Amino acid sequence: MTALASDTGREVRRRNAQRSALPVVGVIGELLITAGVVVMLFLGWYLWLGDVIAGSAQNDAAADLQQEWAEQSPPDPGAAVVPAVEPLDPSLAPVLAEPTAIAERFATIIVPRFGEDYVRTIAQGVGLSSVLNDPETGVGHYPGTAMPGAVGNFAVAAHRTTYGAPFKQLVDLKVGDSIYIETVDGWYHYAYRGLEYVRPTAVDVLAPVPRQPGTEATERILTMTTCNPLFSAAERAIGYAVMTGWYPREGGTPAELADPIAAVR
Amino acid sequence: MYAALWRILPGPAWLRVILLLVLVGAALTALVAWVFPWAAEILFPQDVTVGDS
Repeated sequence: MTALASDTGREVRRRNAQRSALPVVGVIGELLITAGVVVMLFLGWYLWLGDVIAGSAQNDAAADLQQEWAEQSPPDPGAAVVPAVEPLDPSLAPVLAEPTAIAERFATIIVPRFGEDYVRTIAQGVGLSSVLNDPETGVGHYPGTAMPGAVGNFAVAAHRTTYGAPFKQLVDLKVGDSIYIETVDGWYHYAYRGLEYVRPTAVDVLAPVPRQPGTEATERILTMTTCNPLFSAAERAIGYAVMTGWYPREGGTPAELADPIAAVR
Repeated sequence: MYAALWRILPGPAWLRVILLLVLVGAALTALVAWVFPWAAEILFPQDVTVGDS
């Protein structure tokens, strides 16, 4: 009996000692597991979910802007709504005055290749916090470069990864792909021309004739800059497009945007 | 830690489960809304423009 009682007493002491050590180890273990889960969640957010959330917020904001413009100049109620098939000559396109206020939203960019619903807002300036990381903007216009429709170089920048990644698929564009810049006046149609990879210091891609500073511009160029490689700031990917047509708002939505599937047929 | 949290929560088991779900939801929202964007900016700085601008 005495031996058993002493055994039990030792057992109890041992268990007590274990119990006082266990909570510390247990808490550390739980914290580590929690940290691991948070890191996994972060990666999931960074690589996928964040872009889905921010991308749809940017799309919605741009769609609101389009709606606003459409209501500003409603179509003639008597006229049949016919999608515009034939664009006008680019030289007939009006050119907006460059906004003076940073982050002022003046256009949207629509790229059918990037998805049926893809539309993002273009705002003045290329500051990260003011424009490019903005949950409702995403695409920034380089101050001092031409405005849409003007002879010269309309240069814009946007993220390729994270923050809604407006130019996620920039390098997937094919020669001739349509890029529409919509403003309150209508749609500027650009045809994709090509891609190049440059050093981050290559500011001559913003020249009126890209890569040829000092040359007099004769064409209406759209230049899109984004980062390369993915998730890096080592290089820049530059996409070029040239303006091929102008669709005034009163002429109706361009056929390709009104019914993307029919336009392909 | 989590066992202690379970003990602290009031009410019957079903209520504690609901409270836990609410807490987890709040934590996730805070992570996605503030912590992750902040961490992304610090861990992976990005630059998409040419030049200094």
